[in-house]
Amino acid sequence: MTYEIIRSSGCHTSRDHSLIIGTSKLTGSKRSPVPHTICEKIIARAAGVESVRPGEIVTCKVDLAMMHDSSGPRRQIEKLEAVGADVWDPDKVVVITDHFVHETDPDSIRIQDITRDWVAAKGVKRYHEKEGICHVVLPEGGHLVPGMFLVGGDSHSPTAGAFGCFMIGIGTTDLTGVLATGEIWVRVPHTIRVEVTGALPRGLAAKDVILSLCHRIGLNGANYKAVEFAGSAVKAMSVDERMVLTNMSAEIGAKTGIIAADSKTLDWLREAGAPVNGTGSMSDPDAAFEQIIEIDANVLAPQVAAPHSPANSRPVDENAGVKIQQAYIGACTGAKLDDLRMAAGIVKGKKVAQGTRFVVAPASNRVRDRAAKEGTIATLVDAGAMILPSGCGGCIGLGPARLGENEVGISSSSRNFRGRMGAKSSQGYLGSAYTVAASALAGCIVDPREYV
Amino acid sequence: MAEGRAWVYGDDVDTDLMAPSAYLMKPADQVVRHCMEAVDPAFAKSVIPGDVFVAGKNLGVGSSREQAPQNLQALGIRYVLAKSFGRIFYRNALNLGLPALVCENTDRINKGDELKIDPVAGRVENLSTGETLECEPLPAHLVEMINDGGLIPHLKKKLARKGV
Repeated sequence: MTYEIIRSSGCHTSRDHSLIIGTSKLTGSKRSPVPHTICEKIIARAAGVESVRPGEIVTCKVDLAMMHDSSGPRRQIEKLEAVGADVWDPDKVVVITDHFVHETDPDSIRIQDITRDWVAAKGVKRYHEKEGICHVVLPEGGHLVPGMFLVGGDSHSPTAGAFGCFMIGIGTTDLTGVLATGEIWVRVPHTIRVEVTGALPRGLAAKDVILSLCHRIGLNGANYKAVEFAGSAVKAMSVDERMVLTNMSAEIGAKTGIIAADSKTLDWLREAGAPVNGTGSMSDPDAAFEQIIEIDANVLAPQVAAPHSPANSRPVDENAGVKIQQAYIGACTGAKLDDLRMAAGIVKGKKVAQGTRFVVAPASNRVRDRAAKEGTIATLVDAGAMILPSGCGGCIGLGPARLGENEVGISSSSRNFRGRMGAKSSQGYLGSAYTVAASALAGCIVDPREYV
Repeated sequence: MAEGRAWVYGDDVDTDLMAPSAYLMKPADQVVRHCMEAVDPAFAKSVIPGDVFVAGKNLGVGSSREQAPQNLQALGIRYVLAKSFGRIFYRNALNLGLPALVCENTDRINKGDELKIDPVAGRVENLSTGETLECEPLPAHLVEMINDGGLIPHLKKKLARKGV
């Protein structure tokens, strides 16, 4: 097996902070005879050691730290002052506003002002204001190359794993520690390999794969572990679709999710302007996985998660006929270009059921613009969709897509905990963009295979 | 060691319950009032300093929002016991200096039981039932941080020592 070293020159700065990313520490004559998973290789490189073992506690140097307007400056200013430290390297910090955006209330306006002022004061150039949801804007902004070790102040940070990166979600105080020192301790996770064999039938998507896994292993089925997705169905997926798998690895408690980069990944990143010139790491063929879970895509049915947990996922038939007031295509999980195309394919030339709000919030401005240019947005609007600005919005019960008292909604987002999508009495269901769009037409939860 | 009354909940108590999204843009003292209101409106009003938050599997599943353990701490919760934790919640609680202890037998604890907890030894004495439960001691590499009161005071001390 050949290992490649990827060099990524840091952008926006004269300072030399090129990263050597990949498995260089494991290559050549010094290569450890013990086979390793991708995650172990990335952690070892970031920890500056030859190899690591699951369970070991190591301190890693962080290649990039990402935060948004909720976990970011508004909560970091005081904490950094309390520590008595400044940002270790402003060139390795990415700030993306997405939680309290399209601000209309005084609290949200104040948070946006604090965020903008802080990045200016600290010289953070990797700043994206109202360009979309952080997990989608991070790769779109050209910040990722396979093999990086990153932290993010948001639980869906494992999304970056779709690009062969090791990225973990952390809380505010952990983030302060990273901002102050550039380092973080981690317990090296065991890796679970999820092999998605066969091919997804028409009308099914990555969302159905991950929802079925949520049901199968439960919300803590992969607690503290890394999940590596592989197999023919994953290989066949677009990068957008792969991001759904790594994004929702958070829903099974995983430390992170990851997919080895391939030519599709590299093409995607190059188009986004990332300084990519190699493929990053792969798990060694004889690497020790703690568990291998097989999912046969050929026989999978569309999945719908009933309130109030993604683990309540069952084949759509079991929830078919549930009347809905809102169908939401949104969030980092479910409003990328592929999701919008799936939804448009379903509703093209048709009309949304009366009494059902069909709400679409593209995951980023780039997604919105591309969808507009190719006519996807027009198709959605013709069918009766309301298009909202990009942001976390309806997924976290904020903005116009918030579910009202006793309302029932189906959403392409990732979580349906009690009260998350709106009122405490609301009922949130989860499904793929196909299922959400088909349900919008029917006014109740339906099997999308009858509509594709 | 400290004594406190138990508040007992089930599995999968998520971060949205402890810190509902709709209030996250509000100042901390307002967010805290809504802690657990979707399942137990009495909690935020009735908890007193020194109380212990007890749950089943996977406490703190969901978001990275640190307001979840922060709200518990602000309301006076002294220890958090659960069969297992959502990983970010676990780190967040310890980083705030709120000891989160893995205890396999939390279903032996009833609401209102008086508990006496030794986090370093990994022992929970249920004074109401007379039973002693074992829990996993705090991770050795984090004991100093928790004794310092959390990551912020710990880092401050470390950086001062380095003369930064």
